[in-house]
Amino acid sequence: MAKVTMTVNGRQVSGHCDDRTLLVQFIRENLGLTGTHVGCDTSQCGACVIHMDGKSVKSCSILAAQAAGSTITTIEGLAADGELHPVQAAFKANHGLQCGFCTPGMVMTAVDMIRRHQGQLDEATVRAELEGNICRCTGYHNIVKAILAAAAEMSGARVAAE
Amino acid sequence: MYETQYHRASSVQDAVSRMEAAGEGKYVSGGMTLIPTMKQRLAAPSDLIDLRHIAEMQGISVNGRSVRIGAATTHDEVASAAALKAVCPAICHLAGHIGDPHVRHMGTIGGSIANNDPAADYPAAVLALGATIVTNRREIAADDFFTGLFETALEDSEIITAITFDAPAKAAYQKFANPASRYAMAGVFVAKRDNGEVRVAVTGAGANGVFRQMDMEAALAANWSPDALATVSVDATDLLSDLHADAAYRANLVKVMAKRAVAAA
Repeated sequence: MAKVTMTVNGRQVSGHCDDRTLLVQFIRENLGLTGTHVGCDTSQCGACVIHMDGKSVKSCSILAAQAAGSTITTIEGLAADGELHPVQAAFKANHGLQCGFCTPGMVMTAVDMIRRHQGQLDEATVRAELEGNICRCTGYHNIVKAILAAAAEMSGARVAAE
Repeated sequence: MYETQYHRASSVQDAVSRMEAAGEGKYVSGGMTLIPTMKQRLAAPSDLIDLRHIAEMQGISVNGRSVRIGAATTHDEVASAAALKAVCPAICHLAGHIGDPHVRHMGTIGGSIANNDPAADYPAAVLALGATIVTNRREIAADDFFTGLFETALEDSEIITAITFDAPAKAAYQKFANPASRYAMAGVFVAKRDNGEVRVAVTGAGANGVFRQMDMEAALAANWSPDALATVSVDATDLLSDLHADAAYRANLVKVMAKRAVAAA
């Protein structure tokens, strides 16, 4: 058993777990944050995507011990003051989900993608960036629409702020 | 996953000491191959020694045309390094097409090369660039490093600390990705030096892992153009044959990818 400490959604947390505990298990079972999903468990599907030190990663392919000391954001950490994050709002407005199982990973991926491309996205780029996320319901069309809408809104907001 | 004991190494020396004290230890860097392999119980190291936080293994330096990439540098960092893109855009392009964005945020060049997966992308770049693999003990030429499927010249507890090479005059990498796994079914890295020397390395297709295609090297040294490859025949004898593609199909892919790479260089 190891004691693992990290910052999750702005709060310092620690817990005891086996060294072999996956980060996604630690998040779901030790911390009770079940928004992060386990889909394939073979690092293909991206339902478990979270941000570690500001970058999207697959939490089913990382040990909690590897993530000790890092800063983690999960889907639960996106909304601020009861307001949906612009990406969450865009998924809702564009019907970017059906069953919703892949959605936490899709949203976390979209936030990371928009940050890295500074909101400058086109459809082909979004589709290429979704390489590591699988959705079996939507055919991706509305997910792509939602991400493009969020990117446009977020870069508009940034321009307005500047 | 079987039980394992996790260690975070603070330096290369610390990592070596921990490995030497371990029963059946393994180094882990990004872990993008090793952790999934352990989850499937195909690997069961008694100890995992994490190299990801070792400062001396991080970062990219470009000095004129001489490049050094720390072994713990992630694919994403290589893909987006402006100084590297200025002298060798081919390796940035290659790194930006490994796996998916999340894998690229964790996976490292040292890990990829040490693992020597026959369908991994980096071995083709390292071999075609004639790179040097720097370890905690010695420097190994790429030609001597890759010794077979998942096999390298690394000895027990030896650690890759960096990859160094001189930027080529021209280079490019093209791969034909498996539609499901996205691993290369054939990937070809071509590089031309200022002195006219050409190296062509093929990944994803060889039954013994990455290899140099000498006939293509000779043809391209004489005439650096996709057309020069028209008369080169790729021998299918030592190529992989599996349910994704038989050896003859891969032989054709090697040629098509090589032509595309020369055209893109």
